[in-house]
Amino acid sequence: MSFGVAGLSRAKPDGPLKIAVPRGALLGETLDILDKVGVDTSEVRGDSRSLIFETAGMTLVTMRPSDVPTYVEAGAADVGITGKDVLLEQSDRMVYELLDLGFGRCRMVLAGRKGDESLGESQRRLGMMRIATKYARIAERHFEATGRQIELIEVKGSVELAPLIGLADGIVDLVATGRTLEENDLEVREEILECTARFVANRVAHKLRAAEVDELTAKLREAAAG
Amino acid sequence: MIHPIPPGTRDVLPEEMRELRRLQRALLDVFESRGYGEVSTPAIEYDEVLARGDSRTAGVAYRFFDEGDLLALRSDMTVPIARLAASRLAGAQTPLRLCYMASAYRAVRPQRGQMREFIQAGVELIGEPAPQGTAEVVEVLEAALDAAGLDRAVIGLGDADLYRQLLTEFGVEGEARDSIIGRLATHDLVGLEAELAAVDGISDEQGATCIALSQLRGGSEVLAEARALGGAAVERATARLQETYEELERRGVADRVQIDLGLLRDLGYYSGAILEVYDPALGHVLGGGGRYDGLLKRFGVDLPAAGFSLYLERVHVAQMEESRRGRGR
Repeated sequence: MSFGVAGLSRAKPDGPLKIAVPRGALLGETLDILDKVGVDTSEVRGDSRSLIFETAGMTLVTMRPSDVPTYVEAGAADVGITGKDVLLEQSDRMVYELLDLGFGRCRMVLAGRKGDESLGESQRRLGMMRIATKYARIAERHFEATGRQIELIEVKGSVELAPLIGLADGIVDLVATGRTLEENDLEVREEILECTARFVANRVAHKLRAAEVDELTAKLREAAAG
Repeated sequence: MIHPIPPGTRDVLPEEMRELRRLQRALLDVFESRGYGEVSTPAIEYDEVLARGDSRTAGVAYRFFDEGDLLALRSDMTVPIARLAASRLAGAQTPLRLCYMASAYRAVRPQRGQMREFIQAGVELIGEPAPQGTAEVVEVLEAALDAAGLDRAVIGLGDADLYRQLLTEFGVEGEARDSIIGRLATHDLVGLEAELAAVDGISDEQGATCIALSQLRGGSEVLAEARALGGAAVERATARLQETYEELERRGVADRVQIDLGLLRDLGYYSGAILEVYDPALGHVLGGGGRYDGLLKRFGVDLPAAGFSLYLERVHVAQMEESRRGRGR
């Protein structure tokens, strides 16, 4: 048998590896871990309004965290970093989840108004709770798995508003410190799951750029553990 | 006035149609020149008959009632051809070499690269066991990719039985095994790690073996790397892969093949070798296939079989991307 890297030598992928970098709450720690694995992130940290940054050996593409699975699934980015909440909410997106990076830890919770009984009361009297959320699929799956009916109200903006003015009995939302809940007189009723940042890869890139993807995964694993 | 068509379907105009026809002719020429005769089957079938081949397609198939009969639109061509081989072609001299160029339908959420109606181009080789049968199919696939001008395309070669057998060896059965295989199929490594840790009876070392195996992909050297991880199931799978790979080398078509121990296809009928096709210009797989030695038996004829199918529209897009890239240089 020959011992060349068959297949791969043919593939000759184009250009440097493209990584989808989430803007927003995960950006800081994403850039920190990329620094640790030797990626130059100084330009992204600057006040440039560019979206694409060429560094030695890698192209950084910045975007909303919820767009990361879209770009990675289509192969427009080879790899990416985004929250587990995003991956669960878009679970039909075919991306390979390679690594739990450990940062960006937060909880998906069911919350209601402090001292307010409407969640339980709706459940008892109507057999159905009205739940406002930005995470429709996660919420649906959670209540289905626990055998309860809900009326799902999908909102885009500040979901805390919904129970305060009577749009919903409770909310399903992501909580990091709990301060927003506190400030809006809301409290956690149930923990649904814990989310952290994940490293994902496009299916074809994982096959055709195996060496690069594996090397980056190994470095990130080490950086995340350290 | 607007006259819409459903999302995930499309009209094709003459200019594109000419290109598609050229591609179709090139592929069919390859198939026919290697002795594969084109067949056609109905787009609508009895749901119950298709389900004999693969009950799991029920989730994606379009189904509807016709005077009390449940009908389904075919979601691939492999099952209808298995039905055909076991009915009108039963008793014919084997091996049977059949090919097709046909639309299939899946009730998916349309997005980039995924249509509800799409054309598949492929072959089925019925009655020729591994490794010869597998190698012949890869040889035809290789020629088809050449004919399409995709000289950078790569064929992934894996083994569908590896993890089932490995987990049986570890003493994991039933639901736990299915959910681990599910994680492997979607390549959710974080979930896989958690799942393996949660199952009683799997040692840390066995869990690590499972994860390490799923990451092995490359040239023939990965077979040695896999063997080093040990176990009877790994030994059997690598022996099957090596046999196939050596046959591919003998035929001079191993060059394009990437051995991939992490490969798992989600269709229920595969056994032994499985194939996937990639091109660096496209983020989606171009097609796939493999062996399904148990499929014909479900239709009452016990014959080994293998085949592949390419998503014609994706091959066309890859052609376009490759020629754009060629011009860009």
